[in-house]
Amino acid sequence: MSRSNGHGATLAEKILARASGLEHVVPGQIVEGNVDLAMMHEQGAQTVAPFHQMGATEVWDPERVVIAIDHWVPASTEGAAVLHRILRKFAAETHLSHFYDVGQHGICHQILAENGWVVPGDLAVGTDSHTNMLGAMGAVAAGVGPTEMAAVLALGRLWLKVPPTVQVRVRGQLGHGVTAKDLVLRILGEVRTTGAAYKAVEYTGPTIGRLSMPERFTICNMTTEMGAKTGMVAPDSKTFDYLAGIAKHPMHPLKADPDASYERTLEIDVDGMPPMVACPYSPDNVRPLTEVVREHVKVDQAFLGSCTNARIEDLREGAAVMKGHRVAKGVRLIVSPASTAIYEQCLREGIIQTFTEAGAVFTSSSCSACFGGNMGILAPEEVCASSSNRNFPGRMGAKEARIYLMSPAAVVATAIHGEVSDPREFL
Amino acid sequence: MQELIEGRVWTLGRDVDTDQIISGKYLTIIDPNELKKHVFEIALPEFAQRARPGDILIADENFGSGSSREHAPQAMRAVGVGAVVADSFSRIFFRNAINLGIPTIEARGVRALFETGDTARIEMRAGRVTNVRTGRSVDFPPLPPHLLGLLEAGGLVEKVRRELAARKAPGTGTP
Repeated sequence: MSRSNGHGATLAEKILARASGLEHVVPGQIVEGNVDLAMMHEQGAQTVAPFHQMGATEVWDPERVVIAIDHWVPASTEGAAVLHRILRKFAAETHLSHFYDVGQHGICHQILAENGWVVPGDLAVGTDSHTNMLGAMGAVAAGVGPTEMAAVLALGRLWLKVPPTVQVRVRGQLGHGVTAKDLVLRILGEVRTTGAAYKAVEYTGPTIGRLSMPERFTICNMTTEMGAKTGMVAPDSKTFDYLAGIAKHPMHPLKADPDASYERTLEIDVDGMPPMVACPYSPDNVRPLTEVVREHVKVDQAFLGSCTNARIEDLREGAAVMKGHRVAKGVRLIVSPASTAIYEQCLREGIIQTFTEAGAVFTSSSCSACFGGNMGILAPEEVCASSSNRNFPGRMGAKEARIYLMSPAAVVATAIHGEVSDPREFL
Repeated sequence: MQELIEGRVWTLGRDVDTDQIISGKYLTIIDPNELKKHVFEIALPEFAQRARPGDILIADENFGSGSSREHAPQAMRAVGVGAVVADSFSRIFFRNAINLGIPTIEARGVRALFETGDTARIEMRAGRVTNVRTGRSVDFPPLPPHLLGLLEAGGLVEKVRRELAARKAPGTGTP
């Protein structure tokens, strides 16, 4: 039985103390944190003007900056082409050599993860809200806007209000066909979209300990939908194994004190938990998939992709469901791997063929249909099953379109039947 | 930053996320004057046409949730929004708006006091928002000195510019 009101420090507090060079910090305190890693995607193009307006000419440490374009790759509009050109020019001028351009591209968070750019103990910031995903490395990773990023590039630091930490402790065994996505949706259903606003969420407990790194990425990723500043898992042997040989800079592994002071602790028991689905129009509108299946929700599109769920493990799960079946008539199944490395792995394993032979479209790696600004855009009244992270009005196109968030396997099962379906019948 | 901010009110609901402020299809637009034509297209369609500089936005809980896109507060600044007040904010939006020099105030219970068209008076340091029409008001914890300093400088760009200039010219007194 852990105490929630001890005097020890949480993982987030320890990392922020380290980043700000202080012995210890307390929630509510404003600190200046030194940044270990800064990441920009297309929104970084808006960083260039404020950077120059600040009178800055040099980036504080070009070895700690990564650029990974992902929303429109290759450029699908003239506007996107201009953003890419601004970034390329800026990178050349300020000697930013870690630029994952077209050909090496991938979703920015996946690029950071699979190349070891964020390691335990880091304070990492990125111009995308799902930067939280990298908290799975045992880091504080948070999204910032481009003006903030300009200041980070100039100074190598930013102000942060030390957040209180909510502990989410998970126990029990995930059932057959029940995934990390179902778990994070379940947690979202309880925490809601504002329940962790400005807070750090630390995932603990035996179930989290058993999850693979890709599964932890999925969970930390959707901490953003809880309004949190960061979502994190303390580093363990799985973290160190994942980063072995790829870590780009030295680690400072930290963990919460046994008597850490949590604002609150949420206990989740996943024994017997069914797959979950987030219904329109909010990621916290979560219901058991089995219930929604009975309502025969017809779909026009199914999307297996995004930083939440487009890693090789996700695509393997989807392909296992797909094999021997076809995409239902009238349904568009879009599959988009999270990085070029994952794309190549799919090629080697025959996953691309499995999907294309079944009538799906397998795209180059990008954010793809997730954000409604590039491809796979929904018309009014259309319905989409998606492995992504948001289903707010207008997220994937028309504001009347309806999006159901679910696991990769459930997305493919839904594409096969043409209506929201339980993947367990295929497994 | 003014100590007293007064303006005409536009009200918004809860969970107005950044997709409803600036839709994903406009994210390749950099020019704020172009962006402002599309601001609140989903949440408040008449705003872009009819808003005037100095207008104040008053929203319910979780305003600005969703993406990190600075396009949202950029477009508001281009309109000349005088302040954004909400029952609560999403953290990235809050930071982005303050960094751009927009007075951004979290005041619990504020939304219930206003209707579109009312006049709001905000006392930044005293920490009070008043509906001039009804006389009803709500208190809020004033922004910490660090953030008031950011607003007084006119935003993060100016604050960092001063810091870098001071670093380049130590002791010369050059601004």
